[in-house]
Amino acid sequence: MAIIDSVRAVRSGVLERSGRLLMLRILVVLTIAAGLNYILWRWTFSLNFDAWWIAIPLVAAETYSLIDVSLFGLTMWRARTRPQSPEAPAGLTVDVFITTYNEDIELVRGTAIAARDITYPHLTWILDDGARDEMRAVADEIGVGYITRGESWRNRPRHAKAGNLNNALMATGGEFMLILDADQVPSKHILDRTLGHFNDEQVALVQTPQEFWNVPAHDPLGSHAPLFYGPLQQGKDGWNAAFFCGSNALLRREALMMLGVTRYVTELEHSVSVALRGADRVIRKARRSADAAHPATQQALAGVASAVAEARTAIAGRAPIGTVTYNLQRRVDIASRSVVSYDLDELARDLDAIRELQGDDDGDWGAFSDIDAAVQSLASRDLTPLGALESIQALIRSIDVDRDDEAQPLMPLATISVTEDMATSMRLHGLGWKSIYHHETLVWGLAPEDLGTSLTQRLRWAQGTMQVLIRENPLVQKGLSIAQRLMYFSTMWTYLTGYAAIIYFAAPVIFLVFGVLPVTTMAEDFFYHFIPFLVINQMLFLFSSRGMSTWRGQQYSLALFPIWIAATTTAAANVFFGRPLGFVVTSKTKNETGSQWRLVRYQLIVGVVLIIASIIGITRLITGDGEPVGTIVNLAWVVYDIVILSVIIPAVRYRGFAGKEGN
Amino acid sequence: MEYTLSDHGDGVAVLSVAGRLNMVTAMRFREVVAAAVADGSTRVAVDLSSVTFLDSSGLGALISGLKTARQSGGDLRLVAPTEQVQLVLKLTNMDRVLAEYADIDAAFPRG
Repeated sequence: MAIIDSVRAVRSGVLERSGRLLMLRILVVLTIAAGLNYILWRWTFSLNFDAWWIAIPLVAAETYSLIDVSLFGLTMWRARTRPQSPEAPAGLTVDVFITTYNEDIELVRGTAIAARDITYPHLTWILDDGARDEMRAVADEIGVGYITRGESWRNRPRHAKAGNLNNALMATGGEFMLILDADQVPSKHILDRTLGHFNDEQVALVQTPQEFWNVPAHDPLGSHAPLFYGPLQQGKDGWNAAFFCGSNALLRREALMMLGVTRYVTELEHSVSVALRGADRVIRKARRSADAAHPATQQALAGVASAVAEARTAIAGRAPIGTVTYNLQRRVDIASRSVVSYDLDELARDLDAIRELQGDDDGDWGAFSDIDAAVQSLASRDLTPLGALESIQALIRSIDVDRDDEAQPLMPLATISVTEDMATSMRLHGLGWKSIYHHETLVWGLAPEDLGTSLTQRLRWAQGTMQVLIRENPLVQKGLSIAQRLMYFSTMWTYLTGYAAIIYFAAPVIFLVFGVLPVTTMAEDFFYHFIPFLVINQMLFLFSSRGMSTWRGQQYSLALFPIWIAATTTAAANVFFGRPLGFVVTSKTKNETGSQWRLVRYQLIVGVVLIIASIIGITRLITGDGEPVGTIVNLAWVVYDIVILSVIIPAVRYRGFAGKEGN
Repeated sequence: MEYTLSDHGDGVAVLSVAGRLNMVTAMRFREVVAAAVADGSTRVAVDLSSVTFLDSSGLGALISGLKTARQSGGDLRLVAPTEQVQLVLKLTNMDRVLAEYADIDAAFPRG
């Protein structure tokens, strides 16, 4: 009978779930309908063109928000609560990676011991980017593996955590890997609970939620992300677009390596064709330079030019890049050597002349004993007269298959962004792999305990996300379904919220201080269009999050507007102009120094401006200059803004975790 | 994976691989190529005629070997791939990078 009971239980679960989903979809449809009703009215009937400078930005910000809500609705449309994963089959090979750079050795030791004690058979590795001897000693002591970067990474881009993991991928051989940050202590059942998902051979990624044990119940820094590690990821999962979040996730090696190989080929085709296209210009310029004045050098450059032309023809004819570049390199070597032998002939003539001058005297030939060595070194490519032409050297190096600019030819984890995770999962989805969000906390980590660190972390995430948006816009990625494109785009879209926030702060101030209203309308009209949208929208949020408090998240998304703006501008400057991001590695230890208030100066300024504006508004109302309904609406708006901003006060005053409250 | 490494003269080494070139054996393959190149055989012909299975890690090992050989002024070339191997090369577009040769003399002509 137990079987029938459990079947019944599963069925009622399914029914409950499908009933919930239906309700969600109704709310989504109603929200978007009410939103369209409002925004179309705003665009067509309500704009005050006399005050276009605030009317247009405000309606644009509102349109932005409606698109944001619609994308949220799309995310929730297929939100799925997965049943338990199938049992993990025996005999899989798994590597557990713990990435560290400068974290406390004892912290890593704790994580590594927990990782070592995971019950499913596996190998544990500490990936120490700090290459610390004490760390290696701890690894030996507790019996786990230890990996650092090899010689090939010297003087080449290190790509932070993505590079660390890519390096470890080449040094290990398990079918699956579990990725943990230095502070993320895994449950010993984590592999038993998750590996079963990989029974589906198309699954490349299983992401579990991020939980923290050092966050008090009132969560002053907004560390918990119950909406993201819950409805949002479950919603994305419904569209086969659950994101990789960098850690507490499992990956299939074959998927990552396939990604590495296909990216290698794509990037090689791109770099070689770009170099061949620009080659003539580089060679022409080199031939005009003073270093190339010698007739022999000119002749060698002509040789390079004809080799390049031949390579271009071969590539156009779809000849394999490996063959084409090999032949090119050979021909360039021959061209270089012809210059060297010319120089050696000259050198020999000089030597003879010197010998003649010395005559029969017993000269000190020791002075010339270095000549053999000089001849040897002259024959090596870098010291030839062509070697002096740096542009030519760079050109030739770039037309090769060995990716000399990188430590290893394969970079399976994406290196285009400071957040390698999102870009990697997007590329995996583009190759047709599946991802899974496993909604069960199996890893406990450390959240930042001070505002500065927390802000740095958020800035980094936002910057990384914007880098991906600009470099590999998900909307135009081949291989992704429309829904997958929108799922990635949706997360990027939310980071533009900083600009909308400024307008939402400015509009009531402009009315209260100057009496300028961005809408030309009767108050009833406005309420009639706006209130239904507001109410249904809040119901959607409440229902999606199953009543969980997402208020803290809503507050942070507006209150941290300076972070989002800084993230978008620095990411754009970085991608378009190569400016550094100015980003600091998140430290997970407490930062006691420095004035915390400085971190939130923009929010404080906005708060003060809002209060002053309210005083002016009330004064104008009393003196009869202010319009009553408009003043009340805008005062209510200011109160809302201030409540939103108030989230930063406890955040600034937070002095770190002191144990669970009430426990 | 079984392998034999033989000197073909003129700086050419023939690396014959049999069995599975995959995530389990990829590391060993890379080491063998690196050792051959370090010994002066910078031109490596990889005989794939007896490879029964090639995965992305195996491809990765071929690419690493190619890099090692090229950086020492040599080359790594594929000889007599089986149909399964050819299929993998095609699916990953690796056939755009590496040519396939019928035999060792076609890969590295003497003289």
